[in-house]
Amino acid sequence: MGIQGELAVAATDTAEPTRRDFLYIATGSVAAVGAAATAWPLIDQMNPDASVRALASIEVDISSLTEGASITIKWRGNPVFIRYRTPAEIEEARAVKLDDLVDGLARNSNVDASAPATDENRVRNENYLVMLGVCTHLGCVPLGEAGEFNGWYCPCHASHYDTSGRIRKGPAPENLPVPEYTFVTDTTLKIG
Amino acid sequence: MSGHSSYEPTNPLLRWIERRLPIMGLMKSQAMDFPTPKNLNYWFTFGGILTFCLAVQIIFGIVLAMHYTPHADMAFDSVEHIMRDVNYGWMLRYIHAVGGSMFFIAVYIHLARGLYYGSYKEPRELLWIIGVVILVLMMATAFLGYVLPWGQMSFWGAKVITNLFGAIPLVGEDVVIWLWGGFSVDNPTLNRFFSLHYLLPFVLVGVVGLHIWALHVTGNNNPTGISIKSEQDTISFHPYYTVKDGFAIVVFVVVFAYFVFFKPNYLGHPINYVPANPLVTPEHIVPEWYFLPFYAILRSIDNKLLGVIAMFASILVLFILPWLDTSRVRSATYRPLYKQFFWIFGLNCVLLGYIGAQVPGDPFFGGHVAEGHEPLVTNKLIGQFGTAYYFLHFFIIVPLLGLIETPRPRPTSISEDVLAKSGGKADASPAQQPAE
Repeated sequence: MGIQGELAVAATDTAEPTRRDFLYIATGSVAAVGAAATAWPLIDQMNPDASVRALASIEVDISSLTEGASITIKWRGNPVFIRYRTPAEIEEARAVKLDDLVDGLARNSNVDASAPATDENRVRNENYLVMLGVCTHLGCVPLGEAGEFNGWYCPCHASHYDTSGRIRKGPAPENLPVPEYTFVTDTTLKIG
Repeated sequence: MSGHSSYEPTNPLLRWIERRLPIMGLMKSQAMDFPTPKNLNYWFTFGGILTFCLAVQIIFGIVLAMHYTPHADMAFDSVEHIMRDVNYGWMLRYIHAVGGSMFFIAVYIHLARGLYYGSYKEPRELLWIIGVVILVLMMATAFLGYVLPWGQMSFWGAKVITNLFGAIPLVGEDVVIWLWGGFSVDNPTLNRFFSLHYLLPFVLVGVVGLHIWALHVTGNNNPTGISIKSEQDTISFHPYYTVKDGFAIVVFVVVFAYFVFFKPNYLGHPINYVPANPLVTPEHIVPEWYFLPFYAILRSIDNKLLGVIAMFASILVLFILPWLDTSRVRSATYRPLYKQFFWIFGLNCVLLGYIGAQVPGDPFFGGHVAEGHEPLVTNKLIGQFGTAYYFLHFFIIVPLLGLIETPRPRPTSISEDVLAKSGGKADASPAQQPAE
């Protein structure tokens, strides 16, 4: 044992990697990959499950909506505002200069991500403004026809949105997001 | 907590056990004979009170879980079921709900005690850091638990707090969806919050174990901040401090019971008796009182990311406090300047707490505003000053004081201080004094 032991020490002292070094590293790598592969399902199980993802789209009948009225519907657990805007509101939204906006992007899933936040880029049909009723600050539901810009006002931390749902004042960083939607008929919307 | 115990029980069965698992010897040396400074005042009883609080929360929490249903459609009703149908359910729930507040009262006093007597200084830095970990875990547990009744404030509190993580650049939105398990706070969120609310208290028990272990390595700090010099400075933990802590717990329970039986909802929000509605935000979202100062810091900054950073930093700064404080004198008793700034800091925290409960744009303290004018001094403005002062205290005042302050003369030992206070017998030789 004595001589063999010395030989073994001498062997590991060389700079040349040995067969044993290779086995150590290979075993360790397999263990690390195995641990990561086990950890991922434990992390990913917290992401939205199939039943939640299945609720991706809904259809809404907006034939009863009259000028100056809004409805709030629930889509994926969040409120969606649909507002039949008055001509004055549309005019007000279109008169705003882009330089006056806090967030210059349209935040509309139906147009290019880099599109500027003009009112035209925020709607499909200028009469109907469709957007998520979730304040981009910390997720409260803003109140309609309120705030300094006659649009929406978030009571939680005082963010003001205009008649196009664009952030104008307060801590919220972004315009209210417009979800993917299409007009199936003139009075039926498909959201999602 | 290490080393071989020489404890030998006389009972043969106990001796048989002790030789195989020296648990009685451990209890004897650590919980009974442990040498403790003889001058601890009542501010030092809050560690014991906190252990008591944790036990109460766990016991009553486990019992409540036997009747509660963690489902978005049934959670609110199951809480009302506990209140109305379950035998003593109202009491079980009020003890658990009020218990959360009592736990925080105790932990803030415990923390202030540490700040005043310099308990975070060498060699107790790690003991302090473990304590801050406990504080963070407590806050997480309290937040998760508050969501479970699924009332309006539960729901919107959960939404606002989880949305804080949305401020993380690039991955924020994905993180929030991952936390929710959906596209909003919903049933999957409630389920996981319940699971974690049940788990974390037991993690707390483990970390509290580490806290006490670290405490028993360095020994207690004491009101003089002077280290133990000899056995003369100490008395055994039992019976002296088991009795003192026990008495403090009894007094604490009197206050606790007053709230449970006479003002059970005083520390809560009436709106949480309205079932959660994802489509309507309550007019005024406020967290529980123990989060108000941090909430005020969050709201005082108009930028989302910076607000969130400031709020988390206000707690995390405690981790590095041992290295921000440049003074080697522990106790504020001998630090004439720090003592004043300690109280100013305390008042500032109370002020921030007040601001956290107010509407940001309203005039400060309901001051008068002429019609058509913006208020001159808003709650938000005061909150901004308070926030600035909070960080000024830790990053400028505390480091600077250690450099410019002349400490008062300190006694050479705990015994000298104790004897000087008990009738000028400081010159009496230790041999003449009973060892207590």
